[in-house]
Amino acid sequence: MNGMTETVVSTDRISKRYGDRTAVDGVTLAVRRGEVYGFLGPNGAGKTTTLRMVLGLVRPTSGSASVLGAAPGSPAALRRTGALVEGPGFYPYLSGRTNLRIMARYRGLPDRAADGALARVDLADRGGDRFRGYSLGMKQRLGVAAALLGSPDLLVLDEPTNGLDPAGMAAMRRLVVDLAAGGQTVLLSSHLLAEVQQICDRVGVIAGGRLIHEGTVDQMRGGAVLRVRGEPASETARVLARATGATPEPALDEDGNPVFDVPAAGLEVPEVTRALVTAGVDVHAVAVRERALEDAFLTMTGVAS
Amino acid sequence: MSTVTATTRAELLRLRRWPTLWVLAGVWTTLQVTFSFAFPYLAYRSGDPDAFQGGPSEQLLASMLPKAVPQILIAGTPVFGGAIVLILGALAAGSGYGWGTWKTVFTQGPGRGSALAGTVVSLALAVAALVAWTLCLDLGLSTVVAVSESRDVVLPGLAETARAAGGTALVMGMWTAAGLFLGTLTRGPALSVGLGLVWTLVVENLLRGAANLLDRLATLTDWLPGSAAGSLAGALGADAEGSDATPGVLTILSGQTAALTTAAYLVAFVVAAVVLVRRRDLT
Repeated sequence: MNGMTETVVSTDRISKRYGDRTAVDGVTLAVRRGEVYGFLGPNGAGKTTTLRMVLGLVRPTSGSASVLGAAPGSPAALRRTGALVEGPGFYPYLSGRTNLRIMARYRGLPDRAADGALARVDLADRGGDRFRGYSLGMKQRLGVAAALLGSPDLLVLDEPTNGLDPAGMAAMRRLVVDLAAGGQTVLLSSHLLAEVQQICDRVGVIAGGRLIHEGTVDQMRGGAVLRVRGEPASETARVLARATGATPEPALDEDGNPVFDVPAAGLEVPEVTRALVTAGVDVHAVAVRERALEDAFLTMTGVAS
Repeated sequence: MSTVTATTRAELLRLRRWPTLWVLAGVWTTLQVTFSFAFPYLAYRSGDPDAFQGGPSEQLLASMLPKAVPQILIAGTPVFGGAIVLILGALAAGSGYGWGTWKTVFTQGPGRGSALAGTVVSLALAVAALVAWTLCLDLGLSTVVAVSESRDVVLPGLAETARAAGGTALVMGMWTAAGLFLGTLTRGPALSVGLGLVWTLVVENLLRGAANLLDRLATLTDWLPGSAAGSLAGALGADAEGSDATPGVLTILSGQTAALTTAAYLVAFVVAAVVLVRRRDLT
């Protein structure tokens, strides 16, 4: 994690208003060097607008931002940034390879840079086909290939797995992990929370244009819980209170059975089970449950699961 | 390699493989061949003086011979050639918004101004090539006409030809820049082409018609882009009146004033497009 403390992208209360509508409202976030930062939020939450501001495609109405120590959208920042925002945009009458050659030229790179980028996304054998004939997944991969041109220090990927089949999604996950392992910083937005959970070091959650959480994936998920189902419930609660030092709140599991969820930290399943049995509790289930990122996300954004 | 050189290389690669460019060049070539040579020659061969624009046969033949190439070259540019390259400019700039390619280009880091400069230089080179091709075509076809009619092949003066080629490039460049500006302004190909064509083919003519009724309006219409381009063509020898008159050719402004006005419009359109590209959000 060397170098992880250097901030590559930082925004300071950036906002974007379109007339009376506020798309992004005072977002302050920081992406550190070498990390994979997941930017999460429901549709219309302001993710893409924020990423567009980071890339200088859209000017903030207020607030400021810095990308690789330079102003967003400046050549100094963009030369070291690769981006795929809101779908790939290429010339439909040209092949994927020629499209990449054009983008390589815009970067001041030699044409052969296109071949390496195509190979990175497994499109080398279809590079000669016209872009308009590509499937959605191939177009997406070409967009990622364009973002990889010149091995930029920072990658900004907006929904990079859109349109990909399961194999393509797995390949994209591997690619992002490899990029991060190679020292590149990745800022990505995604609706696929299981994917974010697997590959992101930290996440920022945006809802209604506001950043409502920023931290590690574990911090967002919270700690694991020990779920206990025993009868009688009153005695079960008493034993758990003794073990944890706090009175547990009863809840219902997926089948409607009364259960108790208590923080699992410091508890050992055999010891808890033994204590419950000793207290005369009929133990139906004792299990450690990891909280999924999706649950945390839905709770945070107020969306019912 | 400078940034503008890099962006120009990129734009040239995509422009030369753009079917639209070749279709428009083909349309322009067809118009040149058809209206400057094929129809007049058929009319001349028919022996009917009223068959094409009502001119005497000898005058009709003279308008197709090599000596008339400077006039042939520029005569069609104020309206028809202008409309064609306006479409080229509008599509070159406007299509990028529909395809999302401007977004991809701008995130490659050349800077918006430099990216558009690459497009401007590439279009300028395309227009220059089109003018050079048209000049060669006109010289070739006029020579064929002269030989087939057993006339001496008298080439036009070099200075006169250079002036005509320069004027043609200026007029075509101005209309291309107008298209580029419209494509940027409307952020799309369809509206920009529609607006541009309505302006060049309809609105300016209507305004000039109305100016015959309102003197004050005439002071405005005399300085419109089409008036300047038409006057430049007229000053360089294209017929504005009479049997050989070409639509759009005018004699409103002097040659120097027309050239300066056309150049001013060219610069203004490019600058306006650059300002728009640099200042506006790309959503």
